[in-house]
This record gives sequence, structure tokens and C-alpha cells, in this order.
Amino acid sequence: MKIRLDNVVKTFDTFRAVHGVSLDIESGELVALLGPSGSGKTTILRMVAGLEFADGGHIYFGEQDATDIPVRDRGVGFVFQHYALFPQMTVAGNIAFGMKVSRVKRSAAEIDARVTELLRLVRLEGLGDRFPNQISGGQRQRVALARALAVDPKVLLLDEPFGALDANVRRDLRRWLREIHEQLGITTLFVTHDQEEALDLADRVVILDQGRIVQQGTPEDVCRNPNSAFVMKFLGDANQLAVEVSSGKALVGQAELDAVNFPDGPANVYLRPRDLDWSSDAPGIAATVMRVIDKPDGRRILARTAGGDNLELDVAPEIEARAGDEGFVRVHRAKVFPSVPG
Amino acid sequence: MSRRRVLPGLHLSLGITLFYVAFIVALPLGALIFKAASLGPEDYWRIVSSPRAVASYRVTVLCALGATAFNLVFGMALAWVLVRYRFPGRRLVDAIVDLPFALPTAVAGIALTALFAQNGWFGSALAPLGITVAYTPLGIIVAMIFTSLPFIVRTVQPVLEDLDPALEEAAQTLGGSDGAIFMRIILPLLAPALLAGVSLSFARSLGEFGAIIFIAGNQPFETEITALLAFIRLEEYDYQAAAAIASVLLITAFVMLAVTNLIQARALRYMDRSRS
Repeated sequence: MKIRLDNVVKTFDTFRAVHGVSLDIESGELVALLGPSGSGKTTILRMVAGLEFADGGHIYFGEQDATDIPVRDRGVGFVFQHYALFPQMTVAGNIAFGMKVSRVKRSAAEIDARVTELLRLVRLEGLGDRFPNQISGGQRQRVALARALAVDPKVLLLDEPFGALDANVRRDLRRWLREIHEQLGITTLFVTHDQEEALDLADRVVILDQGRIVQQGTPEDVCRNPNSAFVMKFLGDANQLAVEVSSGKALVGQAELDAVNFPDGPANVYLRPRDLDWSSDAPGIAATVMRVIDKPDGRRILARTAGGDNLELDVAPEIEARAGDEGFVRVHRAKVFPSVPG
Repeated sequence: MSRRRVLPGLHLSLGITLFYVAFIVALPLGALIFKAASLGPEDYWRIVSSPRAVASYRVTVLCALGATAFNLVFGMALAWVLVRYRFPGRRLVDAIVDLPFALPTAVAGIALTALFAQNGWFGSALAPLGITVAYTPLGIIVAMIFTSLPFIVRTVQPVLEDLDPALEEAAQTLGGSDGAIFMRIILPLLAPALLAGVSLSFARSLGEFGAIIFIAGNQPFETEITALLAFIRLEEYDYQAAAAIASVLLITAFVMLAVTNLIQARALRYMDRSRS
């Protein structure tokens, strides 16, 4: 089912949570809404579900205007951040709930068969008679997914689906959710504040800031071509240096960077730690090593330039450096954005 | 007791608890049972099974059931409104709920009698409809309702406040109607609290005395409650008979509270993590 948001607005009391968001989600697509807290991503998800009503704009499911369809008739599967499993019902009871209250009458045998099938899909065979309190967080998450899928939703919506889990479980569940999505082909929209999760899982990432979409595209698009300093910084660590642009060139230390189509004047250059290298010889930006942090896959050098800016570099494990060393930072790649006032 | 414990003060707090239970609660009740037991089985049985006593049990239990049923519905509704809606005066209503606890029950009884008497505000309004409250079993029920209302409100309220709104939202996204959500999600989650409230409310109604004797009329076999019968025997200096009749109330309340505790433990078995 294709979903279309057309200029959707939502205001809570005096706080405008969502400012005119328009978004198309293709049938069968897996889309991430990514943004910091307060960016309106959960509000958008809840409006698609019908748990909040939009103050303005329209939400279409296929050709149908779903803006005013109440949540119980909207046919969405929703996985809540803390799962919201019914504590007094067993795992099987939770999964069967939607089928039992449905207007479509099903026989008990039919419901049992479907529950068994879903338990197999989420790999929880044999846990059907446990209570939610008696299973682990990752298992609860899968029960919540099975419960949402039981009513054959047109759309699957997940609110911070992995937020409450520890790192290893998250990664496994992420890959597993991707497999389930490929198997079922159901249009899926999920909310996260974790860029790694969004990039790992989604076909397309929609980045939000203060109730507006700032950029959307495939993970490759947004990683390679961030369109603003916000996206650049939000997607990963980035060093920020104030520079002066003159005739299409930005000068950082002794290094010159391309800043094509940029008006002359002050700007900011953003540098990923991976895109910087350390060398004891010129050319480069003269700097002093302040501290070295060793990691399994390399070293991170915290350096201070002659101009007094702090830079972080991720370098190969073989690079020799220790606090107090003087040398040069080589720039392999950088992005220049206008300096934001304030 | 040689195991090391993290929480301090076990011995002290256990000592205080046992002392308190023994001297404040168990000793007077034990004295009552002791007094009743000094009768001997035949006399005891004759007293507690006399037609007048049996009639008083019937009046007391039926009226307590009626009052508890009323409080179950309206107490829950009151708790629901206080938790779910924000309206001017909510805090005032919330405070008023506790007043029956604070008011001397005799004062409540006199006030209710004045209201429901033939020429009282409510009594004169109900009279044309053929409903008489004062000096009938209905009056007993009204007095019991008044004194035991806070129990259900106050046991249900905190559970309702802690109910995760996401549970209801989840049920909605799964297509549940409001009725289905109430019956299958909210009511089962409130059931243990409701049961606790019901048992307290019922036990309170069984033992209520002050508020009832003013409004009940106190006709033997008609509107005489068990607690009053025990009091009448006391005034006749027949202490053993008074203790025997009171012991019936005591045993009834104890059995009822024990049974509801068992049911409650069963209803909350989903909280048990032992199988994980």
C-alpha cells in the first residue's frame, strides 16, 4: 500500500510539532524517519497510524484519503517503543487479540493456526503460553511484531523498535526485521534517532529537524551528499572549521579545498575523522597531538591546530603518534556549508 | 538468620509489626473468641442460630451486598472520571471522596436520616414515587454506601493512573472497539484492585454500626443489623451472647478477606516471573 503525506501539520497547544510535511512512501518500501528528539518523527508516525489527528493537510493510503479514518479502521500494524504487550494475556493471547476483536469472525481453530504460524515467523515456537513478564526484551519485541502482523495490516509502523534493547540484540533483530520485510513485502515506516539503525535497515532515509524534512534519499545519497551542515553532523562525527571562501576556494591551514559556486566570505568546512590523516611532514594543517584513543579498528587522534581549533582524526593502527607530537593533518575529503548565523 | 542482608532493620521492623498485630489487633479479637467459646457448643449454637439472629445476618449481608454492588459501579466510575478527565473542581471532588472516612459515622447517620425522612429533602421528593428510604432496608444500604464508598475509589484510582496509555492505543490499532478494550484490557487489569476494594467495602459494610442505627428503624426481623443485635445483648449484660453474635461477623469477614486474597493472588499470576 502506497502512503502519501500531503503538507501535514500538527500543533500541540502552542508547540508546532510538525510543519507541513509531504512525503511519498512506495508500496513495499522500508522507510526510516530519522531525527533528534523533538524533530516530530514520532508525531508523524502516530498521525499515519491515526493515533493523532493532523491539524492540516492530508494522509492518503493508496488513493483513499485516510486523514479522518479512526485508528481502529485504518488497518495499520503498530509496534510501540515499549511494546505495550497486554500483561494479563499470554504471548499467544496477545497475538490472537486482533483476530478475536475483529469484525471478521474467525473460528478458534483458524485463530490458533494463525498464531502458530506467526510464532514460527518470529521464531518463538513453544513460548505461546508464557506471559510477557516471563520473556526477554528481544522476545517481547518479536511478540509485538507478530501481534501487529496478525491482523494483516496494510502498513507496518514501528516506533523506536530497538530503542530499549542492548547493542548485540539490536543488531541481530535489525537484520532479522530486514529479512521479514523482504519475505512479506509490507510497506514499513519506522522511527529512530539512531543513524546507524536507519542506514542499516532502510531503503530510504527521511531526515527530520524541528518538524521539517531536511533531506531524504537512499542511505548512499544522504551519506555521500548531505545537503546541509545539520545532516552532515547528524549522520556521524564531523569536525567543524570556520573558513574564508574566496573565488571558489576555501583555505584551511595551508590546504586549499574546492568550494565551487560559493559566494566569497565566511563559511564552515566539515571533515569526517576518517577523511583526515596524520603525517609528520607537510603539506597539511599544522597541528599538535593532544591525546590518542586506541580502538580495535584504528586510532583516533585528538589534535589542536595552530589556529586553536580541535580536530579528531581516525587513522590506521600503524600510525605513530603520541601526545605532544607536532605534525600535519592531511585532508582527503571535506564539505563546505554556509556558516549558520548564531 | 546468619545470611547477610542488604536491607537493614529487619529485626526491629519485624518486632514492631508482630507487637502491633498481637496487641492492637489479635488480642481484642482473641478475647472476643475466648468469651464466645466459654459458652459451650450447644448454647453457642442456640444463640447464633436463633431466628432473630439469622434474620439479622440476612439483613446485614444482603444490604452489604447491595451497597457493595452500587459502590463497585459508581466507585469505579468516580475513579475513572478523576483519573481520566481534567475539569474545574476535580481536586475538590477528589478530596470529598475521603470525607466519609473522616466524618463520625453517627453524624453521617443523623444527616442521612434527616435527608431521607418523610419531610426531608430527598425523602419528600421520593415519597410521591412510593419509595421510602428511612427506616427500611434501603436506608441501611444508603448508610453502607456512604461509609464504604472511598474504598473502591481509592484502590482503583492508583492502578488506573499507572495504566500505560499505549496498551489502549495498541488495542485500538488492532481494531478493538471501546467496549472490547474495556472488557478485555482495562477491566482485567483493574480486577485485582476492584476485588480488593470490593472486599474492603463489603467488610466495612458488615461491621458498620453508627451510621445505620439512626436510619434503619431497627425493627427485629426487618431492619435490625447483626452489630446492633450484639449491642442489644451487651446492654442486657449478656456478654457471652454478644460475643457469640459478634464472632459470627468476625468469622464471616475473615473468611471473605482470606478468599479474596487467594483470588487476587491467582488473578495476578501473570506478574509471577518464576517461569522465566
